[in-house]
Amino acid sequence: MSFLDQTARGFLMTELVKGFTLTLKYMFKPKVTINYPFEKGPISPRFRGEHALRRYPNGEERCIACKLCEAICPAQAITIEAEPRDDGSRRTTRYDIDMTKCIYCGLCQEACPVDAIVEGPNFEFATETREELYYNKQKLLDNGDRWEAQIAANLEADAPYR
Amino acid sequence: MPAYLPQKMLEWFPWLASEFFVLYVWPVVGISLAILALVVPLIVAMAYLTYAERKVLAAMQLRQGPMMVGPFGLLQPLADGLKLLGKETIIPRGANRFIFVMAPMLTFMLALVAWAVIPVNAGWVLADINVGILYLFAISSLGVYGILMAGWASNSRYAFLGGLRSAAQMVSYEVSIGLVLVTVLLTTGSLNLTDIVMAERPFWVDLLLFPMFIVFVISALAETNRAPFDLPEGESELVGGYNVEYSSMTFALFFLGEYMNMILMSGMTAVLFMGGWLPPFGIEALAAVPGVIWFALKVCFVLFIFLWARATLPRYRYDQLMRLGWKVFLPLTLLWVVVVAGALLYNNALPGME
Repeated sequence: MSFLDQTARGFLMTELVKGFTLTLKYMFKPKVTINYPFEKGPISPRFRGEHALRRYPNGEERCIACKLCEAICPAQAITIEAEPRDDGSRRTTRYDIDMTKCIYCGLCQEACPVDAIVEGPNFEFATETREELYYNKQKLLDNGDRWEAQIAANLEADAPYR
Repeated sequence: MPAYLPQKMLEWFPWLASEFFVLYVWPVVGISLAILALVVPLIVAMAYLTYAERKVLAAMQLRQGPMMVGPFGLLQPLADGLKLLGKETIIPRGANRFIFVMAPMLTFMLALVAWAVIPVNAGWVLADINVGILYLFAISSLGVYGILMAGWASNSRYAFLGGLRSAAQMVSYEVSIGLVLVTVLLTTGSLNLTDIVMAERPFWVDLLLFPMFIVFVISALAETNRAPFDLPEGESELVGGYNVEYSSMTFALFFLGEYMNMILMSGMTAVLFMGGWLPPFGIEALAAVPGVIWFALKVCFVLFIFLWARATLPRYRYDQLMRLGWKVFLPLTLLWVVVVAGALLYNNALPGME
């Protein structure tokens, strides 16, 4: 009896019809694609992207060369050299991040006592050579200037949860 | 003197009306133009079939498909073609060079040559031969050689396995296609494709032919190596089957040939089962639309089924494929030949029998 049943179903192709109607239905559903270079998905305020060195609103750089980030960096991607500036304040003379070593764990921004080094919302910093990924202090400060508005907003949005 | 040449032209170049030109040159020019008029739209249709396939598959998977090159990605086929042409033709060491290069050409040529007998409108056919169906059947059977040659000449195990599978599969499904054709011929009484389209079949005969329509479409899927019968290509286990070793123009020709075969099979379905260029369901009011458009629409419909099946069904296992061909389709079509013949005889409706 089950043989007859199966054969009848096979010849009436009920399963085929079911499958085909399903795909036809899906054909008219809205597409889920995000049109990437033109549209982007939402990003959490905690997103850990490209690094940036921030400044105070008066233009003074935040970093005080405490080297906590260098110490905590598990990939040892950060290199810092420091000496007193002319006005006697302690500042970095060199702040390099090797982005090819960085694992984007975010420990540097956790360690920073003055919110100077942060991982910004930018994730589109692919380059054609490795050399371009060895970031120096100037590059990081430029990043900070470029993304400051968004970084500040993100820090504020995340503040209640820390 | 051919009347279609302007009188002025004949006065300036009297040799245009010479016997040699009238007997040989003008007919050759005329035929070449007719062939071009058929082949150029076909190649364009083929290019946009690849586009349609990607769009339909994408839509069924909630994706967008190509959309960057030109408006809605409409120039994508051209870009793909250019990319393929710009690549290097690699001939593997140990390959039989002549056969290796011949195989894609053969596939492509056979797919084109078959179109000579397909009527796209009343009287719009290159060769209105009396054995059109036999010609089509012969050409589509030859199609297996292109793939077999490619598989053998590549000197690669994957390609060889793909060729073997393809040969076995195409031969198996040709049997049921042949028997389906016989049932259709029983109801039309002619091997000429124009006559088949024009044949007036009573309604109950159309109903009787419906199962054969389904068998034909499924066999066409197998015959053109399309999903769910795409074992000869088998990307997941044969990394591309018979065309692994091909690149550049040779690969493009295989690709063109495969899609052209799909269009050809759809054209055959339209001619045999869907009334070719006639308006659908015999609605007189729709006859105002030119026949070519109806034909194209019907071909598009069958092609959509091809793409739809690819989006819906997983690939058959090899033994399931053989089982379907030999143990289901062969007995079914054989039985149906007898049933249709008996029904026609009983109702005194055999064509040519008054």
